[in-house]
Amino acid sequence: MTQEKAAKKRSLLEPIRRRPGLQTLALISPSLFWLVVFFAMPLVIVFIYSFLKRGPYGQIVWEFNLGNYARFFDPLYLKIFARSFKIAGITTLVCFLLGYPLAYWIATRPPKWRNTLLLLLMIPFWTNFLVRTYAWVLILRDTGLINQALMGLGLISEPLPLFGTDLAIIIGLVYGWFPDMVLPCYAAIERLDFSLVEAAQDLYANEVRSFARVIFPLTLPGVIAGSILVFIPSLGAYVTPDLLGGAKSVMIGNVIQSQFLSVRDYPFGSAFSFALMAIMLGATLLYFRTGGRTL
Amino acid sequence: MKDSIAVEIRAVSKRFPGLGGQPEHEVVAVDGVSLQILDGEFFSLLGPSGCGKTTTLRMIAGFELPSAGEIYIHGRRMGLTPPYQRNTNMVFQSYALFPHMTIARNVAFGLEMKKVPKDEVTRRVQEALAMVRLADYGPRKPNQLSGGQQQRVALARALVNRPEVLLLDEPLGALDLKLRKEMQLELKTLQREVGITFVYVTHDQEEALTMSDRIAVMHLGKVLQVGAPTEIYERPACRFVADFIGDTNFMAGVVEGQEGNQVTVRVDGRLSVVVDTEDEFSRGAEVTVAVRPEKIRLLLEPARQACNAMPCQVEQVVYVGTDTRFQVRLSDNVVLAVREQNLLTPEVLAAHHAGDDRQVYAVWACDSGRILLD
Repeated sequence: MTQEKAAKKRSLLEPIRRRPGLQTLALISPSLFWLVVFFAMPLVIVFIYSFLKRGPYGQIVWEFNLGNYARFFDPLYLKIFARSFKIAGITTLVCFLLGYPLAYWIATRPPKWRNTLLLLLMIPFWTNFLVRTYAWVLILRDTGLINQALMGLGLISEPLPLFGTDLAIIIGLVYGWFPDMVLPCYAAIERLDFSLVEAAQDLYANEVRSFARVIFPLTLPGVIAGSILVFIPSLGAYVTPDLLGGAKSVMIGNVIQSQFLSVRDYPFGSAFSFALMAIMLGATLLYFRTGGRTL
Repeated sequence: MKDSIAVEIRAVSKRFPGLGGQPEHEVVAVDGVSLQILDGEFFSLLGPSGCGKTTTLRMIAGFELPSAGEIYIHGRRMGLTPPYQRNTNMVFQSYALFPHMTIARNVAFGLEMKKVPKDEVTRRVQEALAMVRLADYGPRKPNQLSGGQQQRVALARALVNRPEVLLLDEPLGALDLKLRKEMQLELKTLQREVGITFVYVTHDQEEALTMSDRIAVMHLGKVLQVGAPTEIYERPACRFVADFIGDTNFMAGVVEGQEGNQVTVRVDGRLSVVVDTEDEFSRGAEVTVAVRPEKIRLLLEPARQACNAMPCQVEQVVYVGTDTRFQVRLSDNVVLAVREQNLLTPEVLAAHHAGDDRQVYAVWACDSGRILLD
């Protein structure tokens, strides 16, 4: 390239280069565009819908009201909310109880093994989520792997009622969100300075106490991050309860889905979505207020 | 309690499995070390990195268990006793202060674990912080303190428990030189005050000489010499110790003869030196003679009574304020470093400045040299 050409090319970008603000805007504009068009706008639409009314044929009637939010306090829906919280809460707890020890074990292996072990953890998750959830149907149903095996061994005469229960949903959710708990915990434990653990043991703290007083408090941010990552999608889950929960087990996600797809009550579905979002946002803010920041 | 043994290490070895766990890749970090550390002593483990000094310290603390041998603390066999049941405390190289606790909570940790009553904990924590001159820092977090302050907190956190033995793993390594010199004296004073046995690991020979009552010099997992700083410096047991601690001139040679406690060693051609010794050497034995640079004087006249007075040429003169460093050639193969204090201007320095190229004599006493076998 001759010098003249280079000079010409430079001059094209000159006006942008001279103003740092404009340069920043130019650089973030693709992602900004994406976020506005595909994230913020649909949210705004849903938010507006939540204050409107459903017409007799499922169309939107442009009439402002708060009725959709009021319906939310119907005992039927409150019950679904409570049950969803319970299932998501148990899922999070089980993920923690299984995931933290695994994360700890991986983080304390020799460095060259850690990445391999993390890869092994994630390989199953390269398969489609739906396919993996159907696999649980095959395992849990009355004629499934577990029941057939137990009956074949003569341990039970009737199939255990696994499929279609809250237990099945919890199993499915734990399986689905397990890596989301393990990875943040792993990151926190791997960062932990283990000379602090030695210091605790040197100062007369046995294994249990050095865990409670030093290891756990210092890795708590990872546990909380993992819990948020597991709790939120579990609370809004609909594929897992739909496939594994059977007809009786309904969670918030299923209500929202049915409002949009079968009842065709867009405004109520929108209001329900926003109520869920508000609760999660509130809970997250509460966490940052109460102690998240000091960690 | 004086002169009773605080820590006894009996024939302790530590082997670490090497890469892949194959026995041929095994690393011997500590190799048959035996030491007796006296009560109330400031004892240093000195050696280059990888010599096994830190591993030895960690075995006393209980973080590592010996592959062979036994460690006794005040006569009690440690065996498999975990660190939290040993009455030792450690000051870590990285300080290892708990970042999520205040300074006061850090210092209180050991006492709380030992279930000391609350008001006593508060009192002792305050005393310990006052001892390291950080009385007002209790409510702060470790990251609000400077490196030197954190180091003192680590010291208070260990000493507040009144351990039988305090273990220090290069605690001054991360500090800058000036602060390190201050802390060396402070640590030594503190140790005298509290009277607790200190086992101090360092690779800095000057630090070890400054602070220790006794030093064990380690190399490749073995203890080469144990002794007071003067003994280690003046009477090194082997070439490694002489070389590692301070500067030394080495002259390889052959024993010509021995008369009483004086050995004559031919170091190069017609050049012979005379050295005091307590040992017997046979004629023809190959030995190394070591002489410290500050033990040699440069004179313009050969001193008649001097044990060794060698004519030499001055090759280099470096003036460094407190002293002057010379490099002198005795023969084709023998070059010595000489250090003279600038108490008065050394006469050879004055002659050098005046452009006087007269014959110079390197002079040292018989007991200034030392014969080393390896």
